[in-house]
Amino acid sequence: MERYAGKSILKGTAIGKVLFYSKEEQVVQRRSVEDIQAELERFEKAKNEAVVQLNALYEKALKEVGEVNAAIFEVHAMMVEDGDFNDSIKNVIESQAVNAEYAVAVTGDNFAKMFAEMDDDYFKARSADIKDIAERIVRILHGGHSGGDLGEEPVILAAKDLAPSETVQMDKTKLLGFVTELGSSNSHTAILARTMNIPALIGIHVSEDMDGKMAIIDGVSGELILDPDEDVLKQYRQRQEEEKRSRELLQQLKGKPAVTLDGKEIKLFANIGSVGDMAKVLANDAGGIGLFRSEFLYLEKDDYPTEEEQFQAYKTVAETMAGKKVVIRTLDIGADKQVDYFKMDKEDNPAMGYRAIRICLDRPEIFRTQLRAIMRASAYGNIAIMYPMIISVDEVLQIKKIVASIKADFDEKGIPYGDFEQGIMIETPAAVMISDLLAKEVDFFSLGTNDLTQYTLAIDRQNSKLDNIYDAHHPAILRMIQMVIDNGHKENCWVGICGELGADLTMTEKFLRMGIDELSVSPAAVLPVKKIIRETDLKSE
Amino acid sequence: MKSFTYTIQDELGIHARPAGVLVKEVKKFESKITIEGNGKKADAGKLLAVMGMGIKKGTEITVSAEGADEDTAIAEVEKFFKENL
Repeated sequence: MERYAGKSILKGTAIGKVLFYSKEEQVVQRRSVEDIQAELERFEKAKNEAVVQLNALYEKALKEVGEVNAAIFEVHAMMVEDGDFNDSIKNVIESQAVNAEYAVAVTGDNFAKMFAEMDDDYFKARSADIKDIAERIVRILHGGHSGGDLGEEPVILAAKDLAPSETVQMDKTKLLGFVTELGSSNSHTAILARTMNIPALIGIHVSEDMDGKMAIIDGVSGELILDPDEDVLKQYRQRQEEEKRSRELLQQLKGKPAVTLDGKEIKLFANIGSVGDMAKVLANDAGGIGLFRSEFLYLEKDDYPTEEEQFQAYKTVAETMAGKKVVIRTLDIGADKQVDYFKMDKEDNPAMGYRAIRICLDRPEIFRTQLRAIMRASAYGNIAIMYPMIISVDEVLQIKKIVASIKADFDEKGIPYGDFEQGIMIETPAAVMISDLLAKEVDFFSLGTNDLTQYTLAIDRQNSKLDNIYDAHHPAILRMIQMVIDNGHKENCWVGICGELGADLTMTEKFLRMGIDELSVSPAAVLPVKKIIRETDLKSE
Repeated sequence: MKSFTYTIQDELGIHARPAGVLVKEVKKFESKITIEGNGKKADAGKLLAVMGMGIKKGTEITVSAEGADEDTAIAEVEKFFKENL
């Protein structure tokens, strides 16, 4: 067993035999020609054929990998027809009285060199495109046909380098993955691999010895494992199974609404802790963000984040979600999340101490800065604001007063803001018991089941000795959830769950039957929950 | 002769795809359209020449048009840059 370290292009596992692929080296010989006119015509014909081939490749790619990725072949066709490129080739044929193959190869090399010498990585990588088109024309002049024949059995392809045209030509059902020595993660081949969902590694020294051997591509660690042991093979087969299952789920459910069989649409959102989580949110097809924990903006820094810094972060998320709901929870520090520059006193019982909204209302300058940033960002998307740790109606009224004064200030100064919903976390038994009153003041409730369970059952979450009696399905909790849903609905509030319980697949159907409107879960849990939602019929018992 | 200056906003600069579209766009006009920037100058109708300028994000370029339809040409090309680059 041998391991080679490279760089992964796509996180996935491939297992299969290696096919070592080497381009038939096209030896281009310089020959003198007598009939220059005939040679120029040979070139014209080959060039036209190249354009026809590239247009066909464009059509194939369009169907398989979409317009954005197919566009490269349209560009290749234009390169073939480029004025400077053609003038140079014709000039070489005419002035040196040589064969078209040679003229094309020399010109291709010159242009490729020009790009290779540029200092920008993107433009450097374009030299591969020039080589690709020059080789195509030479191949046509030689009367040869293009590569891409992989044989009968699906294989892992190993090659020094792959041109985008070669990648697209290959039969995808025969290609398990590929490994190349050259190429960058910016290359079109890498981009195509990602789009086609084919595990791929770059930067691995390939050799003909690999041909025919069993291999594994580990797209997570970026390794190629050659001649794997039985145990290793078994382990990767298992991983591949898991990947397959989640991919199937994705294919089956991506783009489909989170709606029950009888037609109730559920807001199925994702929880995120930073802007960096956005990619996972999009990949898992969440319908919005149900909990954006704003703490990271404070935890990452050693001083209070400015209004501008916060505004940029919220705006990015709002814009990326393009009109889908983004629920931003205002600062929830204290308890197990401490920030030095807040200079908070040590507390004996921080879970029940100075935290979240209590700090914000006690130090309104911090709160105002955050609210101003969120409200400004609301002009760029569908933002909602959520306040944590509420225990009284009075707190909500105080918050609304602050929000109203900021609105007045914005109106006066002409600073834009959007229509944003305001809601609260229901995570204290007090909030549950007065949820009928709170519902009159807000647009939505989101149940923070982790804290709600700890406060209701009087079980410290940090104390592992109590794990055996910590029961998230305790009837007290379920009754509370029911009460909050009913009280919320009486006042037209939507009610969701953003705690861990929301992703508990054994509970999803029960919550739906209880009337829940929203479930906000970790990005990875979105599709499994969606599956259950789509299989539930609320009309039948 | 008509001209305008513009600062490239696209992350990758004048990369292959918009350069290709630009070349097509430019060919609709009789006028000779030139791009200057990064200390280089190129015929906007030539793909490899335009790409070879290596124009990156933040580079200020000057585009000029000279010929019978220079007014329409410069307006259309400016619109193209603003929308795509």
